[in-house]
Amino acid sequence: MAELEKKHMLKDRDMQLIMGNLLRTGVVLSMTVVFIGGLIYLMGYGKQVANYSEFVMDESGFFSLASIWTGMLEMNGKAIIQLGILLLIFTPISRVILAVFSFLLERDYLYVLIGLMILGIILFSLSNKLAG
Amino acid sequence: MSILLFTLVILLGAFLAGLVGSLTGLGGGVIIIPLLTLVLGVDIHYAIGASIVSVIATSSGSAAAYVKEGITNIRIGMFLEIATTISAIFGAVITVYINPNYISVIFGAILLFSAAMMLRKKVDHSDTDTSGKLAKFFKLNGSYPTPNGEQPYAVHNVAGGFLMMAVAGVASGLLGIGSGALKVLAMDNIMRIPFKVSTTTSNFMMGVTAAASAVVYLHRGQIDPGIAMPVCLGVLIGARAGSKILIKSKPEKLKVLFASVVTFLALQMIYSGLKG
Repeated sequence: MAELEKKHMLKDRDMQLIMGNLLRTGVVLSMTVVFIGGLIYLMGYGKQVANYSEFVMDESGFFSLASIWTGMLEMNGKAIIQLGILLLIFTPISRVILAVFSFLLERDYLYVLIGLMILGIILFSLSNKLAG
Repeated sequence: MSILLFTLVILLGAFLAGLVGSLTGLGGGVIIIPLLTLVLGVDIHYAIGASIVSVIATSSGSAAAYVKEGITNIRIGMFLEIATTISAIFGAVITVYINPNYISVIFGAILLFSAAMMLRKKVDHSDTDTSGKLAKFFKLNGSYPTPNGEQPYAVHNVAGGFLMMAVAGVASGLLGIGSGALKVLAMDNIMRIPFKVSTTTSNFMMGVTAAASAVVYLHRGQIDPGIAMPVCLGVLIGARAGSKILIKSKPEKLKVLFASVVTFLALQMIYSGLKG
């Protein structure tokens, strides 16, 4: 019994280490992309006048994978920043995916289910039926 | 103001917000939003979008360190994330239908509450009475490493904590903040989890919660790269600097100063909302 518990703790420990590294890598990678995009953005748009005094619902900008991709090919700074932000948003989501696999290995099916529920909720949000 | 100057001003402001947010434990979001709206005249919807991005960056960054130390209770975090993600999406959906003036007022109220939470004397309610049925079923009871070995703890009132987390999630989606103060209230006072575990686990949950609402904001065009870029870089660097200072000194006296600043910002937000 004690042996089994020790094994269980060891697996939890592994998951914690991998999860920590995953989160760190995600943050460093995404922030590097945002920084590079920011430099390109400032070189292109720096002299224009900033105007954010009123929010306009705008779904034509770099808010979808396809538009970010075409913007990237044109080396558009805004598109590169948005790519970095997407990478950042996917960092905690990939952490949930990792946890689901790890709970699967532990045969903790209750938490596999909980992890899948969270992913389902986020996928539903990703489906773009909610933006209004 | 030219975009270059605007970006540099936000970068500096975001750095300070991240620094103060990390020193006080409030998080950068609740400080950057008043800075953007009150000082730079940015529409609150853009401020919320940029802030949520910084919440993901700072919480994921510090969660990385906490998770490795083995203090974070991943099961408690994931169980409660069901409540926070659903309610955060709900908050993010309704936020554009609410008059921005009301959002300012709600924001101010949450800010006041956070300042009060910061100053209150913390009492550890944790114990090892692991008889709670729901806590047992969801395997929430756990232990965390201390210098004297593993310290076990029990989780209480799971349903109450879950509901309070749903409130925290709505606030997070509505206002673009991590709502750490509400999360810690749910875990410390309702579920009676030890401080070390509750603060790190709340931090752990913030990334997923914020990602859920960020997706809604992104589709809507609320995350503008021109604001989000300096905000997330500045807050993240500021928060890193703050965590380095935090290890060296316990800023108890600074807390009173910061609480006054936060109270001032809160009153300003409420005033600007009421004035219309």
